[in-house]
Amino acid sequence: MDEARDKQIIQREIEAHRAMPGALLPILHAIQDALGWIPPQATPALAQALNRSRAEVHGVISFYHHFRTTPPGRHVVQVCRAESCQAMGGAALEAHAQAALGTAFGETTADGAITLEAVYCLGNCACSPAVRVDDDIVGRVSSARFDEIVATLRGEQVSA
Amino acid sequence: MTIQIHVPMDSGALSLGAEQVAQAIAAEAARRGVEVTIRRNGSRGMYWLEPLVEVSVGGQRRAYGPVTAADVPGLFEADFLQGGTHPLALGLTDEIPFLARQNRLTFARVGVVDALSIADYVAHGGFVGLARAIRLEPAEVVREVTDSGLRGRGGAAFPTGIKWQTVLNTPAEQKYIACNADEGDSGTFSDRMLMEGDPFCLIEGMAIAGLAVGATKGYIYLRSEYPHAHRTLEAAIEAARRVGYLGANLMGSGRAFDLEVRLGAGAYICGEETAMLESLEGKRGIVRAKPPLPAIEGLFGQPTVINNVISLASVPTILARGAAFYRDYGVGRSRGTLPFQLAGNLRRTGLVELAFGVTLRELLYDYGGGSASGRPIRAVQVGGPLGAYVPESQFDTPLDYEAYMAMGAMIGHGGIVAFDDSVDMAKMARYAMEFCAIESCGKCTPCRIGSTRGVEVIDRIIAGEDRGRQLALLDSLCDTMEAGSLCAMGGMTPYPVRSALKYFARDFGVDETQAA
Ligand SMILES: Cc1cc2nc3c(=O)[nH]c(=O)nc-3n(C[C@H](O)[C@H](O)[C@H](O)COP(=O)(O)O)c2cc1C
Ligand code: SF4
Repeated sequence: MDEARDKQIIQREIEAHRAMPGALLPILHAIQDALGWIPPQATPALAQALNRSRAEVHGVISFYHHFRTTPPGRHVVQVCRAESCQAMGGAALEAHAQAALGTAFGETTADGAITLEAVYCLGNCACSPAVRVDDDIVGRVSSARFDEIVATLRGEQVSA
Repeated sequence: MTIQIHVPMDSGALSLGAEQVAQAIAAEAARRGVEVTIRRNGSRGMYWLEPLVEVSVGGQRRAYGPVTAADVPGLFEADFLQGGTHPLALGLTDEIPFLARQNRLTFARVGVVDALSIADYVAHGGFVGLARAIRLEPAEVVREVTDSGLRGRGGAAFPTGIKWQTVLNTPAEQKYIACNADEGDSGTFSDRMLMEGDPFCLIEGMAIAGLAVGATKGYIYLRSEYPHAHRTLEAAIEAARRVGYLGANLMGSGRAFDLEVRLGAGAYICGEETAMLESLEGKRGIVRAKPPLPAIEGLFGQPTVINNVISLASVPTILARGAAFYRDYGVGRSRGTLPFQLAGNLRRTGLVELAFGVTLRELLYDYGGGSASGRPIRAVQVGGPLGAYVPESQFDTPLDYEAYMAMGAMIGHGGIVAFDDSVDMAKMARYAMEFCAIESCGKCTPCRIGSTRGVEVIDRIIAGEDRGRQLALLDSLCDTMEAGSLCAMGGMTPYPVRSALKYFARDFGVDETQAA
């Protein structure tokens, strides 16, 4: 991890968005989009720039499930746990995903390839069960399809 | 003229490979030296047929689906560009019964138009409502919406016109329109489909709202789980601004309205309107006590109209065709249409826009085609994670806000999630409590702590530990949550729990006759 580079990006995003009304969430999104997570050094920087206490900024970051305070793997895979997916075998997919990757929800595989997360509805309920892979949504995901997705993600990373 | 082919860029269609299909069609057409124009529409809402490819032949659209990239050479071979027969041929799109038997008012253009083409939007009646709103006095616009009988489609079903009137009556330097696009309910996707398939309709609805109440600035609070909708909205806003459908001089009227998309961050509670305001202000999404009403003191302390995507997207039709046209659909005090969303274990899932008054049985069987698994449908959750589980004995109650309320259920945002007989309703009740524990904003004890207790108590009931006492405990816990919660998160989580216990008691190990 390159803290100096992170610092630059954090400052850049603060400057780009600080004039917006209610700027904190847009800045946090921009930081996470650029770095994949919200590093600890962002909290004091944001507190200072937005004239809010560190506790307040920390409170906001920790309130929202989307914001990550540990660096993710190279890809993020989210499995939907909500009712529609459960009606189509989602519980089995949840179990399979965790077993196949050898990680619990919220954790990253040992090779650093994939962070597995639970998500509550992707709006793809007409094609349940659904999974999000980085910014793509995948529908009607069977266990076999899940394994294919994972293999593709890992393959990409070898060739990259 | 080159042949027009439509391949959806709706994220549901993309989730089934629509992008690969579009690429395969382009490649195959190039290989054969045929000229085609591939246009990107939203989804028609027939997801069992997605990716649904349409070819325009003689001014009519013919459908093929579900198409995979591997099917594409065969489709060319069968001369689908001229409407040739093929095992995937579905005939004229408009004649597919699922679609033909709907009342598509709000969704009239979704899946039909090229989602990002203003020319297409205008050719299909777009901006007629806005033009009329510009000619009317603000109070007349509000009256039109009030007279239409439109009630909020986000869940609470509050009359939209009355809310607008309050904002209109409250003087302020700056007022806001805040569109609630948080769509957190499982089983719902109508907001997403509309934003991805007809984004200008939402923009137009928000501009009309702005003119009606005197607001010059709008925000769309969009959940972060919708990356495709985000891109589509940003592109549409940019396009609308370029040609004066947003900005300082709306359609040359000299009146201003502009808008901005803000992303949520994975918190269900931020769909609750006051938590959404807090989030827009850059804070934790903690629910505010009311009063003050957001219509009087809302975003940044200013009068704010907060409406769901579908409420706002219904407004252009109301203005263009008149309040009476809209009000003529529906039953009782539920006027107009609702885009129902068929989800979960159904053969034909998707979007069904119909006048209120249709029954669940019709939706599940006539439209949905019964369960996907072929097993009997046992329970249906209507209205999202805070909605009741409806047993078969209630499938014939008309979908009407009041009729549903009378049976202890709610229509909410129109999500319908079907479960077959393999469902364990005790697990679903446990999940409802678990979800509340995960998503509670933490302000009220009954919601924050009660939900965690609820999970534990249901676990004990399932395990058969002192079942009688635990059932009594669950009952009183539900009472406390219903009475002592500030918002519907804690206040209505008991709906799915109690309905599961009441109608599916044996899943809890309870003799059906002794259940409450
Ligand atoms: C826990 C909770 C979640 C909600 N989620 C949403 C949502 O995702 N989208 C929405 O439009 N309304 C949601 N609502 C309802 C809003 O509070 C509010 O009633 C609605 O946005 C008002 O717009 P409408 O009158 O057009 O429906 C939610 C309410 C609660 C209590
Ligand atoms: S009921 Fe729950 S979510 Fe609603 S305000 Fe209270 S603690 Fe927050």
